[in-house]
Amino acid sequence: MSIYIDENTRVIVQGITGRQGSFHTGQMLSYGTNIVAGVSPGKGGQAVEGVPVFETAFEAVEKHAADASILFIPAPFARDAAYEALEAGIKILVLIPESIPLHDAMDIMAHARQKDAVVVGPNTFGLVSSGSSKIGIMPNRYFVPGPVGVVSRSGTLCYEIVGHLTEHGIGTTTVVGMGGDRVVGLHFIDVLKKFEEDPATETIILVGEIGGSAEEEAAAYITSSISKPVVAYLAGKSAPPGKRMGHAGAIIERGRGTFESKVEALNEAGVKVADLPTKVPPLIKDALAGK
Amino acid sequence: MKLYEHLGKELFARYDIPVPRSKLIESADQATGAVDELGEVVIKSQVLSGKRGKAGGIGFASSPDEAKKEAARIFDLEIDGLTTEKVLIEEKIKIEQELYLALTIDGSAHRPVVLASLDGGMDVEDVPEERMIRYPVDVTIGMQGYVIREICRRMGVTGDLRKELLKLLPKLYKMFRELDAELAEINPLALTPDGLIAADAKVTIDDDALYRHPDLPRISEKTALELKAEELDLAYVELGGDIAVMANGAGITMATLDMVQHYGGEPANFLDFGGGADLEKTSKSLELLLGTDPKVLLINIFGGITRCDVVAEAFVQVKQNKGIDLPVSFRLVGTNEAEGKQILEKEGIKTFASMDEAVRHAVQLSSES
Repeated sequence: MSIYIDENTRVIVQGITGRQGSFHTGQMLSYGTNIVAGVSPGKGGQAVEGVPVFETAFEAVEKHAADASILFIPAPFARDAAYEALEAGIKILVLIPESIPLHDAMDIMAHARQKDAVVVGPNTFGLVSSGSSKIGIMPNRYFVPGPVGVVSRSGTLCYEIVGHLTEHGIGTTTVVGMGGDRVVGLHFIDVLKKFEEDPATETIILVGEIGGSAEEEAAAYITSSISKPVVAYLAGKSAPPGKRMGHAGAIIERGRGTFESKVEALNEAGVKVADLPTKVPPLIKDALAGK
Repeated sequence: MKLYEHLGKELFARYDIPVPRSKLIESADQATGAVDELGEVVIKSQVLSGKRGKAGGIGFASSPDEAKKEAARIFDLEIDGLTTEKVLIEEKIKIEQELYLALTIDGSAHRPVVLASLDGGMDVEDVPEERMIRYPVDVTIGMQGYVIREICRRMGVTGDLRKELLKLLPKLYKMFRELDAELAEINPLALTPDGLIAADAKVTIDDDALYRHPDLPRISEKTALELKAEELDLAYVELGGDIAVMANGAGITMATLDMVQHYGGEPANFLDFGGGADLEKTSKSLELLLGTDPKVLLINIFGGITRCDVVAEAFVQVKQNKGIDLPVSFRLVGTNEAEGKQILEKEGIKTFASMDEAVRHAVQLSSES
């Protein structure tokens, strides 16, 4: 079992002929993702890695009954492409690009809400239901099936943690990258809810970072609604206030969103917070053993 | 990008939001003429610091001599480590009541949010939670009258003040949306006999949207090195230690810094050279770090969209062309890992598979050198 996507999810790639689009189409195909079509205006009729390319998302969805899309489109054009996917009927929209203007992101989220679609990202590595479907850019080999659900704000840090799990022989159900921007489609709470409902997910890892209040909101939700054990790792303990640590959201402003306040909120919710990425697997092992 | 008060007010004026009459000066001598024009005045340092008021960056004057003296005092002030380059002289307005009004982005709601309070003029952090009204706005509907009437109801505002807010908020919202603002804050929003006037302006524009606002000025609070990094489109922050850190991805870069500290080292910087950087960008990132003269270089790569072979190739290229004489701790795993390792091994460079080992090695190297 998994959440959001599985082997039946039919995926299109918007921006399939670009450098990143074509490379990751190959990677996703070799993972087993059911990529049915690509979109690249002006390049309809071509093929990338054997995947047919269409002029518009409408055409790709019409001909191949796709339900999910992944965007490899430069930030200034991402809103246009996202609207197109939503209008064409896509229900899972994965926004890979960084630097999408915040107001564009808000516009996209508003339309997704009206279309009852799920948006992952922007500035995300995507999501993967281990062993069945990957809609994203994460390295294939670390994502093997198992009982742990993972939700993360950042990409590479999430690979790091999932990599440690894999080394310990522990696999994952679904791994979701929320994205590092201030406005992202899925929040911890949405994904936690899905993991709680997913029978295959026995325990959950939450990978957060300084800035904003997403971890505090997650902590409150865990207290009220999550019965499965949750382990967390948070980045940014050493970050100075007032400095934006790469992610738009990762900034301690006016004493808000500090590492300490997040750890405290999570601890109060019964979440064990690992102080190093390497400490996550032992905590997960304990959780899986019912300790 | 944060805008100086005077620039924020220029934008307000462009959107027909009332602001005090004013003059921007660059030396104290120019203050005398301003008083002749404006009468009794407020003199304000134009620095990007929330501590301006407390630091003495605001003064008052009613005569040309007084204005010159106050302006001179303010030009000499250092506020929060910042020098005053410009001073804004404004007519003193007759304030009957001070409000707080802002538009910002609520990430949890995916929406712009109106923040409004009858407790204006004070530090926003000191406004009690229950006295601050928060109203997330649906962008597909926009700033309709009902939104403002509801905000007024929650604030307990009626009559003329409500009429004034019904005029002002749509203008502020229009500006917020059209200029890609992250924050448009008026504190205090002054109620005067002539209606509402924005007595202050804090406007922040989304950096990622600046490309579509060529008419806006460019303001940077960054150091020279941070500016250079910005030109290369790198996320770079100076931190002051001696272990230069280069990683791909903001989260793992932060975690690397945390781990350096955890093992007793001091990171020199935050450098996230991004996902999927090409050879040139990777080389330039390396060169930038080497230029800061660190004791140790720590590279932590977990390739996803970033390819290990590209990083390895960049490293070898910089080593051959510019030389890398300092001790290096190199961690390299992920996409095209085997190819990357092969490139480095040909040059006799060892890599670590684990971040933990690489960080500990770097900390050890820094304590040895």
